[in-house]
Amino acid sequence: MLTLEDSRLTVDDLIAWLVRFDEQIVEHAERLTELDSAIGDADHGTNMARGTAAVRLRLTEARPDDAGAVLKSCGMTLVSTVGGASGSLYGTLFLEMAKRVGAASELDTTVFADAFRAGVAGVVARGRAEPGDKTMIDALQPTVDALSTAAAGGVPLTKSLQAAAAAAAAGRDATIPLVARRGRASYLGDRSADHLDPGATSAALLVQSLADSHAERVR
Amino acid sequence: MKKLINSPATVLADALNGVAAAHHELAVDFANRVVSRGAAVKQGKVALISGGGSGHEPLHSGFVGLGMLDAACAGEVFTSPTPDQMLAATMTVNAGAGVLYIVKNYTGDVLNFEMAAELAEADGVQVKSVLVADDVAVEDSTWTAGRRGVGTTVLVEKIAGAAAEEGRDLDAVHALATRVSENGRSMGVALTSATLPAVGKPSFDLPEDEIEMGVGIHGEPGRKRVPLRPASEIAEELVSSILSDHDFSGAPVIAMLSGLGGTPLIELYAIYGDVAALLEQRGITVARALVGDYITSLDMAGCSLTLLRADEEMLRLWDAPVSTAALRWGA
Repeated sequence: MLTLEDSRLTVDDLIAWLVRFDEQIVEHAERLTELDSAIGDADHGTNMARGTAAVRLRLTEARPDDAGAVLKSCGMTLVSTVGGASGSLYGTLFLEMAKRVGAASELDTTVFADAFRAGVAGVVARGRAEPGDKTMIDALQPTVDALSTAAAGGVPLTKSLQAAAAAAAAGRDATIPLVARRGRASYLGDRSADHLDPGATSAALLVQSLADSHAERVR
Repeated sequence: MKKLINSPATVLADALNGVAAAHHELAVDFANRVVSRGAAVKQGKVALISGGGSGHEPLHSGFVGLGMLDAACAGEVFTSPTPDQMLAATMTVNAGAGVLYIVKNYTGDVLNFEMAAELAEADGVQVKSVLVADDVAVEDSTWTAGRRGVGTTVLVEKIAGAAAEEGRDLDAVHALATRVSENGRSMGVALTSATLPAVGKPSFDLPEDEIEMGVGIHGEPGRKRVPLRPASEIAEELVSSILSDHDFSGAPVIAMLSGLGGTPLIELYAIYGDVAALLEQRGITVARALVGDYITSLDMAGCSLTLLRADEEMLRLWDAPVSTAALRWGA
């Protein structure tokens, strides 16, 4: 049975998402670092884990009052704890989302899709990467598209998020044959092909975490 | 992994602690991981700030002091520092004449310094940035993140630092720093990979009898992997790669041969002798030379060569007094 909660993301849903993201990053940290050592500098898992742990601590110590405050706190914390390109890019994703949702206490599919689109646009602007450059954008842009399609079609939130997670995973997997054009992997040239992109992998975990944590909460 | 550390997680904090213990003239902000000059800021002097991932020491904290940087921000090993660190450094050393950020061209450093500049400007501090992108090993800079910033950074910090000390304004210091950055070129070679404390094993596999020509300071791949060869042949490759990328004729040149952290000074001098001979053969005048560990890559064995097409002004500023942990003369 569809409950009322399956149409909106509350402050607690957002916090549950980011706690789940931390769990997923911790679980996959070693793998992310391994992927990064193949085409980058072997620190993506370590850096992300430091950041998501700090986000989790901050959000669970003092629960923000509205959705914008959750997203802003997450963004600021990632910027100041992750470091590297990932910190500023993940931070920008959340800070831009926060700007878009403002003081709303709940986000429906349309508002969330719109906020996520603004967040990803911020990442594109800051990182100057496009789809196909073998970066986190390759998982995030398909997420934006899936969320918009779901929102336009009136799909329930849980299903929308599952579709988004599937799109992110497909985008992540599609980075394997790509030649990197941005970030440290780009120095490898053709040698960067046949590797999964670590940034797209952590971005897919971010979307999967939301789909999973929300599915559990409305069950 | 055999390292002189207490634990991978505390290596940066422990190192900053050591910097504070060894150099009482410096101020170490442990919370923000910022090393700055201990003395009161000289009102009206343009402040110079650099920073980057740790593991390249003495870059950057070793170059904080009279005649060079005002502050350095230390990131985690091989990871850019964050905007809040840079903002803290900015607020500490801003003396009312604006701040110059010296940024090595890596995606993380560029993005974080950009965010910091936006925040500082929102707080009313005038900020200009100079980007160092001098690694000639990156041939295709259109379809990559661009040339990496390596050894020329040290020369920018020294020369722009001296200009700031003379009391030039932000535009003048920025213009000079840009000129140095544009006229410097570098290339490195790795004999072994570096091992990050947090990872515990070499970042890349390099067979015993091979070297990576054109390696980056985080172990980024270079132009090619070739069999190990005598220092004179490696010198030839470095010199010709750099000379074919920029015109160094008819100008005084500042040369820096830096170790990557795991190569003894005797080997650095041995290869520098070959470099100097090659430059002389090609009619290049080396006016000043620096040999030692100045921009490193943890325990990587190998070296990098940096050449700067200088002029009389740059030479004069190069000779100006400097008093930092890693570079000290005339002061």
